[in-house]
Amino acid sequence: MTLSPHPPQRALALHRELERVWGRPRGVRGFLMSVNHSDIGLRFMVLAGIYFGIGGILAMLIRTQLATPRGAFLDSPLYNQIFTMHGSIMMFLFAIPMLEGLAMYLLPKMLGTRDMAFPRLSAFGWWCYLFGGLILLGALATGLAPDGGWFMYAPLSSREHSPGVNADVWLLGITFVEISALCAAIEIVVTILRLRAPGMRLTRMPLFAWYMLGTAVMMLAGFPPLILGSVLLELERAFDWPFFDVARGGDSLLWQHLFWLFGHPEVYIIFLPAAGAISTILPVMCRTTILGYEAIVAAILGLVFLSFGLWVHHMFTVGIPQMALAFFSAASMLVAVPTGVQIFAWIGTMWKGRPQLSLPMLHLLGFFGTFVMGGLTGVMLAVVPFNWQAHDTAFVTAHLHYVLIGGFVFPMMAAAVYWLPLISGRVRVRGLGETAFGLIFLGFHGTFFIMHLTGLLGMPRRIPTYADHPEWMLPNLISTAFAFMMAIGFVLFALDLLLHGVFGRRSPRDPWDAGTLEWTLPLPVPSYNIAAQPVATQPSAVALARGEGALPGAPRGRREVLAGSTLDARPQHVAVLPGNSLLPVATAAVIGIFVLLLLIGAYRLAPLALLVVLACGWAWHRFGRDIRPTRVAVTPGLILPDQTGLRDSLTSTGTVALLVADAALFGSFLFAVGFLGVIAPEWPAPASGLAPAPTLTLIGLVMVALLAASVAGRHGGRTAPLAGALAGLAALAGVAGLALMLDDPTRHARDALRAAALGFVALHIGVGIVLALIARDRQPGTGAAAGRVWRLWQDFTLVTAAALVLVAAGQEALA
Amino acid sequence: MVPGSLAGCTGPLSTLTPHGPEATAIATLWWVMLAGSALITALVLLLLALAFRARRPALPPAFWTQGLGLYFSLGVLTLLMGVTILTGDRLSGRYQPAEVTVEAIARQWQWRFRQPGPDGTPVETTGRLHIPAGVPVEVLIRTEDVIHSFWVPQLAGKLDAIPGHENRLRLIAPEAGLYQGRSAEFSGAGYVDMGFEVLAYPPDDPPAPFTDRRTDPVEAPRP
Repeated sequence: MTLSPHPPQRALALHRELERVWGRPRGVRGFLMSVNHSDIGLRFMVLAGIYFGIGGILAMLIRTQLATPRGAFLDSPLYNQIFTMHGSIMMFLFAIPMLEGLAMYLLPKMLGTRDMAFPRLSAFGWWCYLFGGLILLGALATGLAPDGGWFMYAPLSSREHSPGVNADVWLLGITFVEISALCAAIEIVVTILRLRAPGMRLTRMPLFAWYMLGTAVMMLAGFPPLILGSVLLELERAFDWPFFDVARGGDSLLWQHLFWLFGHPEVYIIFLPAAGAISTILPVMCRTTILGYEAIVAAILGLVFLSFGLWVHHMFTVGIPQMALAFFSAASMLVAVPTGVQIFAWIGTMWKGRPQLSLPMLHLLGFFGTFVMGGLTGVMLAVVPFNWQAHDTAFVTAHLHYVLIGGFVFPMMAAAVYWLPLISGRVRVRGLGETAFGLIFLGFHGTFFIMHLTGLLGMPRRIPTYADHPEWMLPNLISTAFAFMMAIGFVLFALDLLLHGVFGRRSPRDPWDAGTLEWTLPLPVPSYNIAAQPVATQPSAVALARGEGALPGAPRGRREVLAGSTLDARPQHVAVLPGNSLLPVATAAVIGIFVLLLLIGAYRLAPLALLVVLACGWAWHRFGRDIRPTRVAVTPGLILPDQTGLRDSLTSTGTVALLVADAALFGSFLFAVGFLGVIAPEWPAPASGLAPAPTLTLIGLVMVALLAASVAGRHGGRTAPLAGALAGLAALAGVAGLALMLDDPTRHARDALRAAALGFVALHIGVGIVLALIARDRQPGTGAAAGRVWRLWQDFTLVTAAALVLVAAGQEALA
Repeated sequence: MVPGSLAGCTGPLSTLTPHGPEATAIATLWWVMLAGSALITALVLLLLALAFRARRPALPPAFWTQGLGLYFSLGVLTLLMGVTILTGDRLSGRYQPAEVTVEAIARQWQWRFRQPGPDGTPVETTGRLHIPAGVPVEVLIRTEDVIHSFWVPQLAGKLDAIPGHENRLRLIAPEAGLYQGRSAEFSGAGYVDMGFEVLAYPPDDPPAPFTDRRTDPVEAPRP
């Protein structure tokens, strides 16, 4: 498919026209309202950098405490808070948001478009991240921080053994922050699948996009188990529903399974974006192209698949049958293969080209010199007998830092120095960055290499003192000394970035001579990225600036980008994106209030905050309602509609992505039901007190009402949404009736699971009603997408409710 | 296990100075894996260094992605699998019953042990487990509150104490002496104090009476 570009226009006039539409107000108002992906992506990265600094300070406190056997610097409760917060901050407030920010900042530029698919969602995610992080920081400052270790094992984290608010801070605060991860994952998927420049086939898109697609899919499937676990544990803590209490049919191992179902993919969620940066930067530093594009894509797909089969290798010491151990051990080793393919493809790329020792290259060499060893110790830990010795010792601490600093921090530093000219429009000052790299590299290996030995000498992780073990003193002292060296290196690195912004010379366009799409943009990058979307494979920067491409300028005063088909990016419609808005910050703030109300135990007030969230959601939809349908000549000769009236809008793709995550949540819930029923000791549950006749009647009412709503969704007539909403209300009434009859959820885990299942169904019915009302609120000719979103949701609700009924029936039949 | 006796690898909790058959097998496995990993790391670093040389042979992409990436990785892992299975064979007693059965009961922050006493009747002690040397012993591991982990590094790998579940670990202390153990699972404020010791006595000469670690320190040779 070849498209002919628009004729050239005056670049400056185009620039002004686009800035008027895509820019933001100055000052605080602009800060609150901006939804632009460059703004938000940058904010994610800056805030993540600040959290990295805070997490780093905590790390220094830990190292100071451990420098000598009888460290009296921190007492045990404070030490526990500090190592818990170090891990939680680095994982949830640094690594994940950093990669989200990098993806948001770069993807539209690399894909030749102007913004992410859901700009307000990006901004909303950032505000959730900010507010959630502030809750955790506030707890740290007031001495109420979580203290159960970053994986919060039950029953140590249950109300009985952690009576304070500390564990609630973790469960609620981290879940709040995870909203931003889910938002980011959804829009990364939709942006990559639908917003690529015309003609950029999936099989030809930049590798970074492949990596981010893999990452986002893993986030959609990987975060829900943790969210479910956190919700269940918080329900247990708040209302005494015994999901993890072994005396009443729960099992603490359920928490470990749910946590590591998230926790292991998490490692690859962090590594893949970094690998994407390597695959992008390395060829440029070697003046060549990447070797083995297809092999790398296959390796990414392999990693995404395999990483969900490994979680049990964090649990080799809990007492698991031999067969299961063998399976998970083999799977854990196998995951080294796709990683090996990538490593050797990168080295092959270096052999193919002429590598130059520029600063990004130094950081990439730091990656190789660190990550390879981390991978090898990872394979060792996959070997079950060795794991029995090394598990929960300093050996594991060393291993995970080799993987995470090697596999994420070094590549991110390479990415920072490589892409910084896009942000600042400047080239850096030479010298400081090299020194910083040297200090970090030496400091890192000095700290963590010997820590393997410390662990093999028997030092467990998480102990504050070791008075009886003089043999651990020297290695610990060495670790501490080098840790300070590493810390100084990171300070210099940050200083280098600041100096660059102040003293750097102006950068020419494409300072690395990379020739990739993101470097065809003017520096620093304007709010709209490009004056016209490229239609040729090698567009010239000047031609794009003059509007020689698709959709030049903003002549209709709207933020417009091309949306295309998934596989071959054939242009399908013009997506009109929302502009500056206060809704994201307002919605996130209300959710923040909801979380705070839960934290202080104001369970009666909290639902009020949820109603306000609902009102925000309603206001959110009005942007789509008010778009005036227009047909646009995206290139001379190609006239396309905008999203009004189309079923396969970006929103419906986004809904599918959301439902994938929802299905993962539901699947995790079914896993929990099955796991407790089979593994937990106190089963079978006591006989249910549900009276058969009224129960069956109410279940029948709910299912018939849900079926009616689904039929209405399919019918799609003018009155269908109202009928669907009314059916939803009937179903909700049925659920309420069932809730009143339910056995006391505090009695046994089965009853608690049933109560949770009812809550899940009620929430979905409620959202379905709102979606039906939104579909009703749209104009007849333009509401197709809203109708489709509603229908997808309604069908999902019907299927999951039916599955839950079957599960309950099965439980009763077996009892 | 020879390299383990080098200076710097010793200590009462060191996995590198093993005594029981399980700990010894695992230590051997470690040294084998260390050697293999060192070789692989050296290979990767060498390939990286050679990339900076002016003259180097042009190798086809398949050499990197398939030759090294796929077949080399799979080959190494197959070897490792073999070594693991051999080691696993030597550990297969881990889940089988033994001649003497003892109980290890953990709680915040103390270990209690129930073991056959000098006269054969069960005796309960805190902080010190008494077992006959040279005899396979089965340890039933339980907890009364949160998760803990039973670990005597010089004898065997660790096994967790999980609420509501009982785990079984088999140990052999080859010679009489005092072995150090501790919990390896974080358990809250007193976690650092979750240490204990295993006193292996000659089967025909049990100490009488069995005593607690806190109240009655014993001077036994460290094996």
